[in-house]
Amino acid sequence: MDADIALILLQDGIVNGAVYAILALSLVLVFAVTRVILIPMGELVAFGGLTDAALQAGRVPGSLLLLGGLAAAACLAGAVQDRRVGASLLLETVALPGVVAAATLLLAPAHPGPVLAALLSVAIVAPMAAYLYRIAFEPLARASVLVLLIASVGVHLALNGLGLVFFGPEGFRAAGFSAARFLVGGLLVPGQALWIVGLSVLTMAGLALFFARTLTGKALRATAINRLGARLVGISTALAGRTAFALAGLIGATSGVLIVPLTTLYYDSGFLIGLKGFVAAIIAGLASYPVAAGAALLVGCVESFSSFYASAFKEVIVFTIIIPVLLWRSLRSPAEEEE
Amino acid sequence: MRRPLAPLLFVAIGVLPLLPVPNFWITLGDYIGIAGIIGIGLVVLTGFGGMTSFAQATFMGFGAYATALLSTRYGVSPWLTLPVSLAVAGMLALAIGAVTLRLSGHYLALGTLAWAVSFYYVFANLDLLGRNDGISGIPPLRLFGHALIDSRAYFYPVWIGVALCVWLTGNLLNSRAGRAIRALRGGTRAAASFGVNLTATRMLAFTYAAVLAGFAGWLYAHMQRSVNPTPFGLNASIEYLLMVVIGGAASVWGALLGAGLVTVVNDQLQDLLPRLLGSAGSYETVVFGALLVISLQAAPDGLWRYIGRARPAKRTIAATALLPARDLPEPGAPILTATGLRKLFGGLVAVDGLDLALAGREIVALIGPNGAGKSTSFDLLTGVARPSAGTLRLLGHTLPHPSPQVVARLGLARTFQHVRLVPGMSVLENVALGAHLRGRASPAAALLRLDRAEESRLFAEAARQLARTGLLEHADRPADTLALGQQRIVEIARALCLDPALILLDEPAAGLRAPEKQALATLLRQLRDEGHTVLLVEHDMGFVMGLADRIVVMEHGHKIAEGPPDAIRRDPAVIASYLGAAA
Repeated sequence: MDADIALILLQDGIVNGAVYAILALSLVLVFAVTRVILIPMGELVAFGGLTDAALQAGRVPGSLLLLGGLAAAACLAGAVQDRRVGASLLLETVALPGVVAAATLLLAPAHPGPVLAALLSVAIVAPMAAYLYRIAFEPLARASVLVLLIASVGVHLALNGLGLVFFGPEGFRAAGFSAARFLVGGLLVPGQALWIVGLSVLTMAGLALFFARTLTGKALRATAINRLGARLVGISTALAGRTAFALAGLIGATSGVLIVPLTTLYYDSGFLIGLKGFVAAIIAGLASYPVAAGAALLVGCVESFSSFYASAFKEVIVFTIIIPVLLWRSLRSPAEEEE
Repeated sequence: MRRPLAPLLFVAIGVLPLLPVPNFWITLGDYIGIAGIIGIGLVVLTGFGGMTSFAQATFMGFGAYATALLSTRYGVSPWLTLPVSLAVAGMLALAIGAVTLRLSGHYLALGTLAWAVSFYYVFANLDLLGRNDGISGIPPLRLFGHALIDSRAYFYPVWIGVALCVWLTGNLLNSRAGRAIRALRGGTRAAASFGVNLTATRMLAFTYAAVLAGFAGWLYAHMQRSVNPTPFGLNASIEYLLMVVIGGAASVWGALLGAGLVTVVNDQLQDLLPRLLGSAGSYETVVFGALLVISLQAAPDGLWRYIGRARPAKRTIAATALLPARDLPEPGAPILTATGLRKLFGGLVAVDGLDLALAGREIVALIGPNGAGKSTSFDLLTGVARPSAGTLRLLGHTLPHPSPQVVARLGLARTFQHVRLVPGMSVLENVALGAHLRGRASPAAALLRLDRAEESRLFAEAARQLARTGLLEHADRPADTLALGQQRIVEIARALCLDPALILLDEPAAGLRAPEKQALATLLRQLRDEGHTVLLVEHDMGFVMGLADRIVVMEHGHKIAEGPPDAIRRDPAVIASYLGAAA
């Protein structure tokens, strides 16, 4: 391999790694706040990208129906859970999807441009995550991590099937924010790559500010550190959970919108993308945000280099990275007790 | 299910192929049996061991590909490839387990998830394994020159296999190793303090489940007579987990029920849903995903609970030879000597240079106000926490690296401030867990019931200790149905089962009523008079003053006084810091 190929692979690795990084961050966030290991993250990514592609093609995306269905189910679950239908529940599960649906139906036939389509896609997909929390996880809030994980896998399975129903088996691509290409030191850098890296850095900065400066962010941190303590000072852990999921939905949909110009997405492409976010999150012990971001870059680079050398086994190689990390963790820490 | 019913059930299943049942249902029965075997493994792993795996279909795939490769390429008889299939699945589990089992439970689940995806690609990309097409032309099983090809003939190897797995699993769970596995769910700290090696026990459950999955893979390969990567992917693994969650993870019958329900429903849905909704989607995955979530929410213990209640097995205690017991130390002999014990948590000094000496046949109480360092001292003495400095000598041994298992082996037994009995196990089984180190039967011996003589000695000992503490009449009740006071006494009986020289009690009187406290004090005096040394950490001054031979008072991590109760009562430092003017 010569230096040019290495540079191209490195660029690919960094671009993909940037996406894995924000996914890994939101996975760590969701786990810390709710103890849910969010396996369906990948579906949110795929849905975001596919919605974007449908909108740019001037079609009303199938995910709009899915949004409606999940909103209705969440409304029902919320009513059962709270034993009443409050204004905030209606705002969240009727008004919000209503506005999003109206905007989509109005704008979709006009072939919205990349930026508008991206914004709409995020607005359609991000609330789904919060609804999923209400439907599947809030009733299990006291269950063990293991039970939550099994439920999470169930949600992944169901969303995967729904993805096929609403998007069909075909793959789609969409136009990116920028079609420009820049020549940097002999390397051709596509504008979309810069958008991806830039937006993911912005997302990280935004999250950092959110956690450091806003009351909601601080409430989320408090919930992550001590659920009981957070409740005692009046933080609603259910609300914190929904917020964490909504953030994850926001980040997942954004990632989908960012990568759909680079690679053809299918209804089930998201799972492997999300799983790579997990590899990074696991390397970080599901705890450290900076380590997760760094590990995600590593995952992206390992992936791009192994797809060059042994493309059939690139997934195998990527997942193998966690072995030495788990081994190191397990040798370093004494047997953990979870009682 | 009561024991006599199980053979009857299998006989009833056995006559099915002889009746005019349509072939379609017999074939479905074959699939149910194979899925049931995997489910039984998950019962041990998830239902009893509290871990889970998303790679059971992968282990199945290893078993299936092993026999497929050997029997097609090298013409090895399928009967000879069976041990290879089991071994391959077991070794893979050992390798994955070695990396993840020391970490908390969700790492195992995530690790297996990643591996399930990885190995799917390995199966699908290796030329040796036929890539996506897999391996076909696998020879059928042959019995007395007769090929078992049609689904009626194959029904017997499958369901004899299921019966065998039910029998082996029952044997394993009702053994010393099985009690250790069952303690992994909610009782790991207690199990460790009676010498159970937690990592090895987790490994045992994980490997056992994988070997059963490998067995299922072997059966599957010779039934289908071809293998390809699809049935060994992640979705298949999730489906096996779904079966166990729906049926009930706490019983092998729940797993079989779940396997039956999910297999039949899956078959019907694949037929029905496309007719209702068109053939565009794989609707059954939607239904299964939703079912998994709903059953976790609505019936987390599974459906079997509503059919057959899992009751702890009744034990008949045979009058067998007693277990060998240690000679208890003489009065005044050194039992435990701590010198300069120190424990730092970051910058906080929790225990600062504690000296403590316990002698044979005395009751010593460790008291002090909240935050004095009592609990930390207790953790240091029982090997739960490692001292930052200082030395610990126990019964003539210096302990450079104390751990709960090490101190248990030397003869230190303990109880817990928050009672830690294994829920779902009977009182007697919980007490028998205390005698873990006094048995040595291997899991392999347990599987084949070669451990029965030792088991009856262990249970005779457990019954003897229960009788000693006056709770023998409750022996067969589930431990979690006893009153708190009785549960504390059960913990003492369990501690006695270790054959301890020294018993450490963590706030044994907390939450007890006055008559219960009196009974407890009488019991502890009796234990001292019979040769045990007792150290208790306690808040209840009245209880301690009337009971202890010697009292050690701590404050701010230091020992501030030590002596007989009368002297402590008059000690000015103690009065000032703890008892207050009123005492």
